Formats: sequence, C-alpha cells, structure tokens
Amino acid sequence: MTYTFRGGARQHVVCSTSPAARQRESQLKIVAGGDQLGSEMSSCYKLLLHGRRYRALALLTSNRCSSRSLSTGRAVQKDIIQDLENQFKAFRDKVTAAMPGSDWSPIELTRGLPPERADIVIVGGGVVGWSIAYWLKRRLMSRDALRVVVVEKDPTYSQASTVLSAGGIRQQFSLKENIQLSMASANFMKNINEHLGVLNEDPIDLQFNHSGYLFLASEASAHIMEENYAIQKELGAEVTLLSPTQLKERFPCLNTDGVALASLGLKNEGWFDPWTLLNAFRRKAMSMGVYQCFGEVTGFRCWTQNAETMDGDLLNIKRIKYVNVKMPNSLEYQPVECAVVVNAAGASSGKIADMVGIGHGPETSMAAIPFPVEPRKRYIYVVHCPDGPGLECPFLIDYSGVYLRREGLGGNYITGKSPEENEEPDCSNLDVDHEFFQEKVWPLLAHRVPAFESLKVTGAWAGFYDYNTFDQNGIVGLHPLVNNMYFATGFSGHGLQQSPAVGRAVAELILDGGFKTIDLSAFDVKRILCQEPMLERNIV
Amino acid sequence: MAASMLFQVRRHCALVPCLIVATRQYASSPPSLFNKFLFQLNQRFLEVEYLIRLSNWFKNRDVRRKNLIYDYAQKKYGVNVAAAYSILKLGGGFRFAGQTEWFRADSKGKFSFDFVNTPDSTIEEIDLSRTLINHAGLHNLTSQRKLRSLSVQGCPEVDDWFLAHLHVFSETLQELNISHCPRITVGGLAALQHLRKLQQLDISSLPQLQSPGLVHILIEEMLPHCKVIGAEYDQGLQIQTDSQEPRDADSLRHAQT
Ligand SMILES: Cc1cc2nc3c(=O)[nH]c(=O)nc-3n(C[C@H](O)[C@H](O)[C@H](O)COP(=O)(O)OP(=O)(O)OC[C@H]3O[C@@H](n4cnc5c(N)ncnc54)[C@H](O)[C@@H]3O)c2cc1C
Repeated sequence: MTYTFRGGARQHVVCSTSPAARQRESQLKIVAGGDQLGSEMSSCYKLLLHGRRYRALALLTSNRCSSRSLSTGRAVQKDIIQDLENQFKAFRDKVTAAMPGSDWSPIELTRGLPPERADIVIVGGGVVGWSIAYWLKRRLMSRDALRVVVVEKDPTYSQASTVLSAGGIRQQFSLKENIQLSMASANFMKNINEHLGVLNEDPIDLQFNHSGYLFLASEASAHIMEENYAIQKELGAEVTLLSPTQLKERFPCLNTDGVALASLGLKNEGWFDPWTLLNAFRRKAMSMGVYQCFGEVTGFRCWTQNAETMDGDLLNIKRIKYVNVKMPNSLEYQPVECAVVVNAAGASSGKIADMVGIGHGPETSMAAIPFPVEPRKRYIYVVHCPDGPGLECPFLIDYSGVYLRREGLGGNYITGKSPEENEEPDCSNLDVDHEFFQEKVWPLLAHRVPAFESLKVTGAWAGFYDYNTFDQNGIVGLHPLVNNMYFATGFSGHGLQQSPAVGRAVAELILDGGFKTIDLSAFDVKRILCQEPMLERNIV
Repeated sequence: MAASMLFQVRRHCALVPCLIVATRQYASSPPSLFNKFLFQLNQRFLEVEYLIRLSNWFKNRDVRRKNLIYDYAQKKYGVNVAAAYSILKLGGGFRFAGQTEWFRADSKGKFSFDFVNTPDSTIEEIDLSRTLINHAGLHNLTSQRKLRSLSVQGCPEVDDWFLAHLHVFSETLQELNISHCPRITVGGLAALQHLRKLQQLDISSLPQLQSPGLVHILIEEMLPHCKVIGAEYDQGLQIQTDSQEPRDADSLRHAQT
C-alpha cells in the first residue's frame, strides 16, 4: 500500500491493492515486527477487504490529522475475522511464492482490475485498439502465449470517435499507402464473417451501403484529381472519372456549376455501421482471450537510458515498465507490468505520448518535438429533405469541403464540413454549433444540391478527429525515443476504414519486427522527428 | 464463507480465465448442446478457435472450389473459354453471341467441351440460377464485355459485394435477375446504379428487404429506363399497417371487397 500526499490542502491517497504491493507490505510488517505500525497497516487493509474501502479512504482524506495518526498508531481491536484474514493472507503469500509469475488470488478485492502483468497493453479500446488486439491473437496459435490487455476508459464509448464517425470507406486517396490500406480493409469486410465470426453468435451484418464516393473538383483542382485517379487505377482501385455533362446525366439532382471533373468510386466504397465493426472486433478478440479492462491510463513508469547521437547530442531513451491504470470512479490504481505498449487512444493519443515525456526534452533536440496528434471537433448534422436524391445518392464530397450522404431510405441525410484552420472550435466538450451549419454548411450544400434549399435539421452530433497536425495521416510505428511504445493513431478522419488493415500491420510490426503485407514504413514516427511530412491531398 | 471462497477460487484461477463474451444474449437461436460444449472448451483452449475455422473452411470448400479463378485456362485458351468453362463448372448455362443454342451441364455435371474450339465467341447470356457463384467466381466472367443478360436467381452466395462488382458490365448488361437471393440487402441494390443500360431487373422475393415496395420505387427512380419486376409498391407498407392497426386494416379490406 502506498500513500502519497500532495500539497497541504488536499491529500491524495493512492492505494494499490495488487498482490505484489501487499506482499511488500507484509514484508514491511515482518520488518516492523509486531509493533504498532504493522498492525495499523493491517487494520487499514482489513477495511479494504471488507469492501469498506471508500469509507476508509474518506476517513483518511477528510481528517487531515488522522492520516498522520497512521504513523503514530492506534490500538486495533483484534477479532476473529482479522485472524482469519491474516490466515488468508499468509495462505495467499504462500501460493504466490509457490507459483511465481502468476497473479492468482483467492480473494477478489476489486472487480475489473487489469491483470498485474501483461505482455502487451493497448491503450484505447476504439476500433483501432481492438483490431490490433484481434490481429495479435490471430497470429499466435495458443491462448496464453501472449497476454494482451485492452484498456478503455469509457465503457459506454460516449466520446470515442469510432462510434461518432460517418462510417465511410473509400479508395480515393492520393497516397499509395492510404489506398492500399483501404482496399485491404474492404477485402476484410467482404469476408468479415470468416474473420470475426464467433461460435454461437449471429453472423455480422455491417450494413454496408455500396454507394461509392463522388468527389467533385473545380477547375483549379482538376489536375490533382487526374493525378490521383492515375495512382488509384495503378493500384487496382475501381474508380471512374466523369465530365460535368456525364455527371449531370448520372446525378440530375446535382448543380454542376464550377465542377470541372468528378471521380466516382465503383467498388469497395460506401459506408457501414461503425458500432457493428467495433463490437465485432471486440467480441472476437475477447473470445480469443484478450483481456478487456475498463480504466484510464494515467501514467507510465519508465526507466531511462542515455544515448548519444551522431552529432554528440545526449538523448534519453525510455522504456516503459509499468502502465498505471486508474479504475473508474475510484482512486485505485493498478500498475500493469508490461513489455510493449500500443498507443491507440485516438484523439487522446497526444496526451498519452505527453505522459511518457515525449516532447519534454531539452529544446532544439529531437526529444522536444511533441507528438502531433490532437483532438479536433467535427460536427455532423442530420437533415431531412423529402425531395433529396434517392437510392443513387453517393457519399458526395464537394471541392468546398462539404460532404453529404444518405442515411436510410426515408429522406434523411447526414452532412458536414471541416472548419477552416483558423476557425477550429473549442475542443473541451462535444457541444454542437448550429450556427456553423447555417453559415458554413447549408449555403454550400444548397448550392451543390438545390433540393436542399428547403430542409429540416433533425439532429446533430460532434466527434473528435484524431487530427495529425503535422501531415493529416496515420502514424504507425515505434517511437525512437520510447522504445517499446507503438503508435497507431493520427488518422485524421479516415481511421475507421483503415482499422482492419492497420491492426494487421501493427501486429506484424510487433510480432515479426516488420511489415509483411502492406509496407507502412512511410507512416513511421521518424518522419515527424525528421520533419518530412507525407501529405495526403484528399482529406475530408 | 468457505463456499464463497471456493467460488472465488474458481473464478480467479488463472487456468479458467473468466471471459465473458459481450452481447451473448443477442444470438437469435439458443445454442445446441454441442455448441455449448464447444463454447466451454473455447474458453480454455484457443485451439478450438482453429478447429472451428478449419471446419468452416471445409464447409466453404465447395463454394471456393466452384469459384476458383481459372488463371491457367485464361492464359492457355483465352478469357472466353475460361469464362465458359467456369460457368459450366458451376452448373450454369450460357449462350454465345450470335448463336441460339445454349450450353449447359447435364444433371451429372458433365458437359461437352465444344466451346474450346471457338475461343473468339463471346458470351451474351448467362444463366447461373441456383448455383454457388459468389463475388470471387464473378472474376472469371468480367472479361465478357458483350454480356447482355445475367440471371443469378436463388443463389445463396450472391451478396451485396457481388452486386457491387457487376459494374464491369455497365456498358452492356440489359437484363438482370437477382430474385430469391437470400443475402442481398438494400445496401447492395444501391450499387446497381452503375448499370446504365439495364432494361429489366427482377428483384422479387428478396427476404432481407424490409420494405420491398419502397425499394422498388427507389430503384425505378434510380434507373429510369429500367423495368423493375417484383415487389408490389405497397409491400412492406401493408405489413406495417397490419401490425399496427390490425382491426382498421381488416375493416378497410372488407370495405374494399
Ligand atoms: C465526425 C467524424 C466523422 C468521421 N468520419 C469517418 C469516416 O467517414 N470514415 C473513416 O474511416 N473515419 C472517420 N472518422 C475517423 C474515425 O472515427 C477515427 O479515425 C477512428 O475512429 C479512430 O479510431 P481509434 O480507435 O483510434 O479512436 P477512438 O475510437 O477515439 O478510440 C480511442 C479510445 O481510447 C480511449 N482512451 C482515450 N484516452 C484513454 C486513456 N488515457 N486511458 C484509457 N483509454 C483511453 C477513449 O475512451 C476511446 O474509446 C470520423 C471521425 C469523426 C469525429
């Protein structure tokens, strides 16, 4: 049991109830002999055991002096129960001593604590995190060969971008890697029941809508679209270019003013239900023996090594030894000893990187470069328009940045737009700015699709992009300065569609030491430290 | 106390990882005894996972074998022969352009190899009803740029991904029959918008469609030159009124008759 006191006014009590800590504590007791300190400790322990933990903590925190009285000691009534507990404790210590390496414990103190030791801890149980967990297990033949723990702070996923996304998948990117990732993911979804089907469960129905993406380009951007089209074709994506007249013929509801060229995805593009995908990954990974733990990662314990660069700069190379996981609605911590940490915390992954000290190094050195992922709020509006485009409505992306897609068959659509760089909204909450729709989205939308001149906004929500401020692309790989933290984040609005392929890539990286199927070395963390951006032109 | 402790021991023992799989209650049918047993085993041994995958692999072997991609035949005899061969292998039939005679396999799956002698004739009509074709097998046919009519009526493996792949025939395909396919949903029907030459589409009896009548209307809007067969306009809507106000609907019907 460890107590830490911070500041004078308020005391924070950190209890670690792990068997290791308890063992340490019992050793302490032996050292202290039968004196007051020892019995005091066990009295507190007893309180913990009886599920009166909160009361005990309240006692410690509310009365500032009483916590000091811990050290001076207080007589403790000895009763039968305590005797029994001491017996239990001795028994448990014996067992842990007999079976080193197991965290077997006959008495459950807190439900849902993560295991004390794990091989791989995945921070963030979004679609990327669970996909990595699935692929890690998939590549190994036995259940206990690799202990994978997924730590998720929010069991309801109320803020996770996975469930708040628009659910689109497309191949119309400009970078080879992005196109390959999306194509591989589409193939995965095609055979999703072979991958993620679970015994005794219904087959997975992603509710995939094969409607394709329709990108519009203006005179100024048409040549870029042509270049992108060439790359996409080369990689086998099935996309077609449409002239404004062809466009008008295919989609009579569109106003083609200002459109010089359009590209329409013919296959493997559309949208699906993100929640189904997330749950399917989670269900499968858990059936394969991945541990799920609800708790928040609040810090890391690392050890540091000094290294010298070629230029003679001193660098601190870190290695994470423990991940501190705080249990929900409690002050309890569990340090999880682990070999590898995967940062898949989506929009909060910058914060996680900050916790390990990335970006805190001396100025002008590599270690001073912060991890460039931050939350950016994006709004999605649900509108009802009975005269809007019907079943043929694609995922329309105008060159102004406005997008639109159908939602169901009843004349509902979802639409939105990314704000300008200098108008980024405040990211402390998920409130929706309805003026943004009135001023920035609607005029452009009604211009492009005149039917939307009359519409009704029936709903709206906001979500956080895991926005990579450096080059708006995924960051996949090991951080050179923290040599056991892998990153899989920063997808800036196309992470959902790439998650199946990214999970496989990260699993390959961890287990095989390199990419096997899709070479993602261009998405490595090094590009940030070397300041060499990989720019994607088709960011929505 | 002892009993509860025993319980705790069981629950905490590292040998029995207490894994509760999420959303178990959503399985639509109760698991069979054998499946229950497998599930218990699966909790302990990952090998069961592999067994299941293996058994699935065997189950799907037929489908896979029927949908092999005939690369070799394509190289040796040309794309047309390979396409014809794959259709006959699947148990379907086809008609070459400019001919009236249909090639079909007999009831034992045997067929004559006459088509090998005419590597230049392309296929105009394909009938694959009640076969095991899926999106993989469709690859053999994508070379047929004169295909006018395709029927995949009652094919259990035809799904939305199959429909999404049909865009390769967008310039020629005039007739398409996808009726009685149990896996097609409205998400796949949306992909038919690329078939601009389509004149006749049969979508009757697609069990996954919730409101076939509405879908019918939407498809007619999407493909204005196409005659859509199946699904009356009020199908699906009727069911709704029926279930909501059975009496009113009944009385209405009485009034009408
Ligand atoms: C409005 C909107 C529209 C989008 N549209 C699309 C689209 O059309 N197509 C597409 O492909 N992508 C889209 N995206 C992007 C996509 O949603 C994300 O890229 C993707 O979901 C990222 O997945 P993730 O698992 O990394 O992150 P998340 O789903 O955010 O998961 C991260 C998880 O980590 C948890 N976490 C965070 N910090 C901690 C901590 N300290 N301890 C423990 N757990 C923690 C969070 O609770 C969260 O559940 C969209 C996003 C938004 C916001």
